[in-house]
Amino acid sequence: MTQINVRVDGASYTDDVEPRTLLVHYLREQLGKVGTVVGCDTSNCGACTVHLDGQAVKSCTVFAVQADGCQVTTIEGVATGEGDGATLHPVQRAFHEMHGLQCGFCTPGMIMASIDLLKENPDPSDEEVREGIEGNLCRCTGYQNIVRAVRQAAAEMNGKAADDPQAEPAAVDTAAAEHVAVQA
Amino acid sequence: MTAVEDPAAAVDLPPAKEVGQARRRKEDARLITGKTTWTDNMVLPGMLHLAVLRSPVAHGRITHLDVSAAKERPNVVAVYTGADLAEEQGSLPCAWPVTPDMVNPGHPSIAVEQVNHVGEAVAVVVARSRTAAADALEAIDVDYEPLPVVLDMEQAVQEGSPLVHDSTSSNTSYHFVFDAGEAGTGTDTDQAFADADVTVSRRFVQQRLIPAFMEPRSVVVQPAGDNYTMWSATQIPHILRVMAAMVTGIPEHKLRVIAPDVGGGFGGKLQVNPEEILCLLIARRLGKPVKWTETRGESLMTAHHGRDQVQFIDVAADRDGTVRGLRVRLLADMGAYLRLITPGVPALGAFMFPGIYKFPAYRFECDGVFTNKVPTDAYRGAGRPEATFAIERIMDELAVELGMDPLELRRKNWIGAEEFPFTTVAGLEYDSGDYHQATEAALELLGYDELRAEQQRRRESGDPVQLGIGFSTFTEMCGLAPSRVLGSLAFGAGGWEQASIRMLPTGKVEVVTGSTPHGQGHETAWSQIVADQLGVPFEDVEVLHGDTAISSRGLDTYGSRSLVVGGTAVVKAAEKVVEKARVIAAHLLEANADDLEFTGGKFSVRGTPGAGVGIQEVALAIFAAHDYPEGIEPSIDAEATFDPENFSFPHGTHICAMEIDTETGFAKIRKYACVDDVGTIVNPLIVEGQVHGGLAQGIAQAMYEEAIYDAEGNLTTGSFVDYLVPAASDLPHFDTGNTVHAATSNPLGAKGVGEAGCIASTPAVVNAALDAVRHLGVTDIRMPLTPERVWRAIHAGGDGGDRAAEGSNAYGGARTTESGIEEAQQ
Ligand code: FES
Ligand code: FES
Repeated sequence: MTQINVRVDGASYTDDVEPRTLLVHYLREQLGKVGTVVGCDTSNCGACTVHLDGQAVKSCTVFAVQADGCQVTTIEGVATGEGDGATLHPVQRAFHEMHGLQCGFCTPGMIMASIDLLKENPDPSDEEVREGIEGNLCRCTGYQNIVRAVRQAAAEMNGKAADDPQAEPAAVDTAAAEHVAVQA
Repeated sequence: MTAVEDPAAAVDLPPAKEVGQARRRKEDARLITGKTTWTDNMVLPGMLHLAVLRSPVAHGRITHLDVSAAKERPNVVAVYTGADLAEEQGSLPCAWPVTPDMVNPGHPSIAVEQVNHVGEAVAVVVARSRTAAADALEAIDVDYEPLPVVLDMEQAVQEGSPLVHDSTSSNTSYHFVFDAGEAGTGTDTDQAFADADVTVSRRFVQQRLIPAFMEPRSVVVQPAGDNYTMWSATQIPHILRVMAAMVTGIPEHKLRVIAPDVGGGFGGKLQVNPEEILCLLIARRLGKPVKWTETRGESLMTAHHGRDQVQFIDVAADRDGTVRGLRVRLLADMGAYLRLITPGVPALGAFMFPGIYKFPAYRFECDGVFTNKVPTDAYRGAGRPEATFAIERIMDELAVELGMDPLELRRKNWIGAEEFPFTTVAGLEYDSGDYHQATEAALELLGYDELRAEQQRRRESGDPVQLGIGFSTFTEMCGLAPSRVLGSLAFGAGGWEQASIRMLPTGKVEVVTGSTPHGQGHETAWSQIVADQLGVPFEDVEVLHGDTAISSRGLDTYGSRSLVVGGTAVVKAAEKVVEKARVIAAHLLEANADDLEFTGGKFSVRGTPGAGVGIQEVALAIFAAHDYPEGIEPSIDAEATFDPENFSFPHGTHICAMEIDTETGFAKIRKYACVDDVGTIVNPLIVEGQVHGGLAQGIAQAMYEEAIYDAEGNLTTGSFVDYLVPAASDLPHFDTGNTVHAATSNPLGAKGVGEAGCIASTPAVVNAALDAVRHLGVTDIRMPLTPERVWRAIHAGGDGGDRAAEGSNAYGGARTTESGIEEAQQ
């Protein structure tokens, strides 16, 4: 057992962990942060993505001991405020607005990866979003609405809110806009 | 979104305010904040963890199994072998005996003497922690006497092939035949072929796929005296409860099954899993709560697979392109055992091979074949993608043979809009649709003419990157469906669905549905339906599901049945609520019930729309029940069960434009456009999302995914490193649209959408790839279209590329069979 000190979603924890304990298992099993999930055992799916000192990492590839002295943010820590009064992160909101999730299992990891992507590249193209999240698998959405969500969040975070007539098309508040209805 | 004028849509529903709106989903709130209830989140006091020792051999007798050292490991509570549980484990259920003489050798949850596929459970460790359980597996000592491994279906059915099961006389489980001539729905097939000008025959391979839901399977069982609660990442809590009760002998009323948040299914969680039964047996033995959560490796290896057919298909036509007859013969890989609906999957597809074409003659034959692989079972579309692929591919081949444009050939043969309802040669009654309209709309979305012109330019200039355009004009049978029809197919359950509506005293509404979602957005769509039906605010409706103690009856979620059947049950229940409330409202208004009209959630006397009483007020009045007329039950709650008269038949046209780099074999979708007709759209956002997700999976079959076994029967695609679930960068942007022709079999007019994209896209993509390189002499390429396969097809010419590529990839190169249809029919 090794003692570690970590800050997770703003709270400090001192815990004994086995050296082989993965960060994701520490978060889920010791801290009850079950918003972060495990989808694979080969670091391919990205479901377990969290931020470690502000950088997106797959928490199934990091040992808990490596997080000693670090700041960890999980999906449970990205909204500000608490309970009913919490303000969602623009990326969370955009996933909802653009229907960027179905079963939602990949969603925490997707949101964490997307927040990190927008930090690196605040105004990505569709292509850049697709490349930026290629380490995160989603089996439900076909990704298109995730791409829209990330672009909409980018527009919002860059101040190109919906009332800006020059806003990117992706920021238009009708996720179904590209879906064409046919009239006889 | 505007509905097309359609007489079939004349249904008696209240004016839609919510239905048709792109409502953001209610369920998102918890999913985007991590406040979810996945089964693996469950922690119960004293909970023990299970880990399963799995067979590393595909076929062998267990000659030695010693678990004593594992029992001594720290924190290990118990270890069980198949012998320990043999008496009580029963056999996993197969609910679909497609023929009366189907051979089912039985399926133990844990192997007793013999293992029949890699990954089969051999021993189970129970420990105080997940890691302790996993560690103890290493201390188990087991030896196997190897048996010959049977992997290739075409070899497995040969006389003299080694047998998967000693107890059977061949590897064929069943032989299922549908002959339209005999059924009276068509003319004599052989005669049709004899009379036709042209016949085209093909052998297509539907490779084995893995549903690969993102949430690994997980089960928790909590015993309390002789009561048991099981949480499971399942699509089918209701069916699971019935089946688990039958298998384990736990009385059904002592067993409660809960499907909490479930992370994807795609048919892969439409199963009674061995591990679910093992958890129940072990929780019963120990009297303690137990949990099993699989690793991804276990999931890919042991959760059931899908597809896996060899298809021999012949089509006969006149010179002018009029189709005359269709013959299909399938070998369908069952894997080592029959699971819940394993044998039914190809049989379900049997009725879809004729597609949307007016074949006068049709004959279908299928052999279900045992091999030493994990069982196959439902995977998104279940039987229908396989059928649609075959017919849409061979229509292109027929077009080539006749020198016709592939779309022209389709137009010539498909059912006209004025011909609905149309009874097909397979005996199905297609109720509504307009194939022309969807096709025209899809061509426009794609920008067809420009792409054809570009294709021409690329061909003429000998561009190394060639362009192809491929079609899939399809229909599917959804909304499973009339119980009597399912009965005639020997399906072990009905096709009805149940809903109930509880009017709470404060006017809020609880809707209980037997249809259990795993990402389809029932909570939102059902709220929209009820808001319209009862005239209450969307926010005032709560949808409850997935717990057999709350939703006592249900047949769960698969086959795009939720909205069509389950949504209609909600409508029916709401109608009953309104009728019951009408009586109370009449009492409150001192009016005659027959004089009341109900609009916008309010009962009012006809002609005095201002005055009246709201249904939410009625709910409070009946709660107090101080002053209600005699003989009135003090409740306006209601429940309803709906069993549709017919399946529903979504249809659509999908068009793929594909670029192929002839120098590298690399295929890339340039543009993808589709127009689907899924009937009435309750929530366009959800419909679009379902189409996108289906497209991703269908395209993945065409281009990326294949479960590959080596010559010893090891799954070589046992992780997400080798099994290529596409990432965002692998998929194109989709241009999607809808036409709307209401279904006539349900009052909502809904047809089902979950499977459309997955069914339609695969042949569109492969047809596009062939269209790109056919002028280079390529006649077929086996899926998935890996760069190597495509390159070989181009550079070997003809279908030599296909053969070469197939030999190099499937079964470790051991496989060389290329039997033709004639041979197969002997
Ligand atoms: S669980 Fe970490 S990448 Fe899949
Ligand atoms: S929403 Fe289900 S896996 Fe992404």
